Amino acid sequence: MTNLVEIRDLTVEATTDSGRRVEILKGVTLDIAAGETVAFIGESGSGKTTAAMTLLGYARPGCRISGGAVRVDGHDMVALSEKERAALRGTTVAYVPQSAAAAFNPATTIMDQVIEVTRIHRLMEPDEARRRAVALFRALSLPDPDGIGDRYPHQVSGGQLQRLAAAMALIGDPKVVIFDEPTTALDVTTQVEVLRAFKAVTAKRQIACVYVSHDLAVVAQIADRILVLRHGAVQEIGSVDDILHRPTHPYTKELLHAFHPDTGGRTGAAAAVAASGAPLLSIDTLSAGYGPPQSNGQPLVLAVKEVSLRVKQGTNLGIIGESGCGKSTLARAIAGILPACGGGIQFDGRELRHSARQRGRDQLRDLQIVFQHADTALNPAKSIEDILGRPLTFYHGLRGKERDVRIDALLDMVHLPRALRHRRPAELSGGQKQRVNFARALAAEPKLILCDEITSALDTVVAAAIIDLLKELQRELGLSYVFISHDLSVIEAICDEIIVMYRGQMVETITPVARQEPQHPYSRLLFSSVPKLDPTWLDTLNLDADRMRLA
Amino acid sequence: MKTPSATGSLAAWSGYRINLVGLVSFSVILLWALVALFAPWITPYSVGAMVDADYFGPMRPGLWLGSDYLGRDMLSRLILGARYTVGISLAAVSIACFTGVVLGMTSAVLRGAVDMVVSRLLDALNSIPSKLFGLMVVAAVGSSIPVLILTLSIIYTPGAYRFSRALAVNIDTMDFIMVARIRGESLPYLIGSEILPNIIGPVLADLGLRFVFIVLLLSGLSFLGLGVQPPFADWGALVRENIGGLPFAAPAVIVPSLAIATLTISVNLLIDNLPQKIRDRSAS
Repeated sequence: MTNLVEIRDLTVEATTDSGRRVEILKGVTLDIAAGETVAFIGESGSGKTTAAMTLLGYARPGCRISGGAVRVDGHDMVALSEKERAALRGTTVAYVPQSAAAAFNPATTIMDQVIEVTRIHRLMEPDEARRRAVALFRALSLPDPDGIGDRYPHQVSGGQLQRLAAAMALIGDPKVVIFDEPTTALDVTTQVEVLRAFKAVTAKRQIACVYVSHDLAVVAQIADRILVLRHGAVQEIGSVDDILHRPTHPYTKELLHAFHPDTGGRTGAAAAVAASGAPLLSIDTLSAGYGPPQSNGQPLVLAVKEVSLRVKQGTNLGIIGESGCGKSTLARAIAGILPACGGGIQFDGRELRHSARQRGRDQLRDLQIVFQHADTALNPAKSIEDILGRPLTFYHGLRGKERDVRIDALLDMVHLPRALRHRRPAELSGGQKQRVNFARALAAEPKLILCDEITSALDTVVAAAIIDLLKELQRELGLSYVFISHDLSVIEAICDEIIVMYRGQMVETITPVARQEPQHPYSRLLFSSVPKLDPTWLDTLNLDADRMRLA
Repeated sequence: MKTPSATGSLAAWSGYRINLVGLVSFSVILLWALVALFAPWITPYSVGAMVDADYFGPMRPGLWLGSDYLGRDMLSRLILGARYTVGISLAAVSIACFTGVVLGMTSAVLRGAVDMVVSRLLDALNSIPSKLFGLMVVAAVGSSIPVLILTLSIIYTPGAYRFSRALAVNIDTMDFIMVARIRGESLPYLIGSEILPNIIGPVLADLGLRFVFIVLLLSGLSFLGLGVQPPFADWGALVRENIGGLPFAAPAVIVPSLAIATLTISVNLLIDNLPQKIRDRSAS
């Protein structure tokens, strides 16, 4: 039997401003049989998305496929003309993007967008396409399959939108589907459902899948084989079982190791500090929300309801919950971005005003917040040097040579090469951006850093490196973190205490050191939804009991 | 992406990638600026002197661009007209865009009451027809160059304001603005260092368009006798006063039109082809 996809010695290169050539892929060779799922795994910037995109015959602007062949179902995607490639896209090869929210046009209904492929390729009548779409919606276990197509993208949840994006890709009956990190932006409880839906549909239709991801546990559930990429070269390729249990390449071992972040080294020190001293941050019955104030003085939508918590100097607090549970709102209320509507915030022994505008400069400096999306948190028009230098000048009055020295020190602290200082954020990888984002908070020399999902957009190795970095900096600088995440393994690795939030309320406080088991049904659902490296985890998982109790 | 070899060495020398089109349009603008600057010293005849026996005379040695409807030397009139067109329009467009963009960004950052008041005031200003407004001002205080500059810039401020406010509102929702806000940054820093670099491209393009509008409005005002006063004339006025020469294909009507075209097109081309800094990843 011939393979559906044959990639031979594929190289992709990019040309920089000054005409220098950079190799992004260095000779990738791979075969994929019909119905087989191959996962491309690697850190950000490893070329995994670039490799997957070549199946579409596509290279991003500035890049080009410079050598090798990509045969998909007998067509060499490299040699074809753009028009011939376009004819194959959507019918033979389809693509599911990472961020479905950005991939949908907010101005047209979901159904129109899902069946667009059939219209472009004139595959079938619109009515038939709609029927097929509804069948796909049903197969992807979307709620209300008959009616969901009439909604607009903002009217469905992120997990549903991701499944709808898959429906869009599958409607043209492709032989190969590329999933580009489709669950990275979802929280764990949603991810489980989406993965199940993908697995069921692709298995039934015998579709060959390329699954690009950085999450080894997710990949373990869905893939038959795993391809480990690094710096554009294949490091290792093998069955899921081989890669998980008998990795040969050092990088693969590192990847596996990153999956089990160690909690050691922290607990002793933290306990010592925690025993003494007054709380650094103390929050009493804090409420915050959005919308105009109602007659009872509360905002229209109350996103955080009477949350109380304490953080002692040198210790870390984790806040966990699914998207929409109010955890980010809580961080914004603490930082003063969204003034709280009730309750009190005490920081370093003093009362903090609810609005950041009314706080003093020292208070602002001592409490820094790091946002989830480094893409939007760094000004694209400024160099890294300017981004890091501003808080130095603003809070500490550093200029010229002194400032340069400190910027170098900050870059060293977050393990970034000094040469990066002249670059702009768009020229950095996701992990590098997040480090800059964090370095900017460090530049202020704060006492407490609010980390809002800072590792969510990063791959496991980079996230683990960032977590290690946070711990290291904590030891050196005596910082405290409030760590907000939906990723339990990350939170467990760094936090001394975990708060579980659900629908704006604190449902449980858990101390990981005490090996305390979650009691609340939602906490249990959350904790059991975290993917395990075991390939049979998804198939044997039973979340229904907790889900029922929660409902 | 290949750099033209002619500009390649220049690019290596300056660290900027310079576009050939940008270079050419910059030369044209520079030429007109120099002409405007040294006008009184390079005109062959006085602007008001009637030197040709015939009107709408053709191009010939001595009268290189022919003569106008009164038999005056076109070259001299064009050279002196550059002063008014380039000078007044450039000054007016700079004032209009600076005021508009600063106010626009301020409104976007401060929102609330400030935004409301400034927006409504400028909307009201926008609702007055531009020619009528010019007419009113000139009738009230008389025509002089400072009055013209100020009037033209007031007319075009609301447009620049609306444009930059719309752009700045989008940037204002980004997290990095939030970071700067909770760092406790002041308004000038927020608008100057965080927002402006992100909207400068469209703002410059808008400036180029507005420059063209101002050149046209200025010539309109001159036609009504409210702009530059005779015997001096800006380019727009030169076209208007010689419009009668069109059936005779007189250079007197074509030449100032060409002058306006070269200037306005060059301004727009230059803005679209500004030098770009070479940012190579390997650069350290």
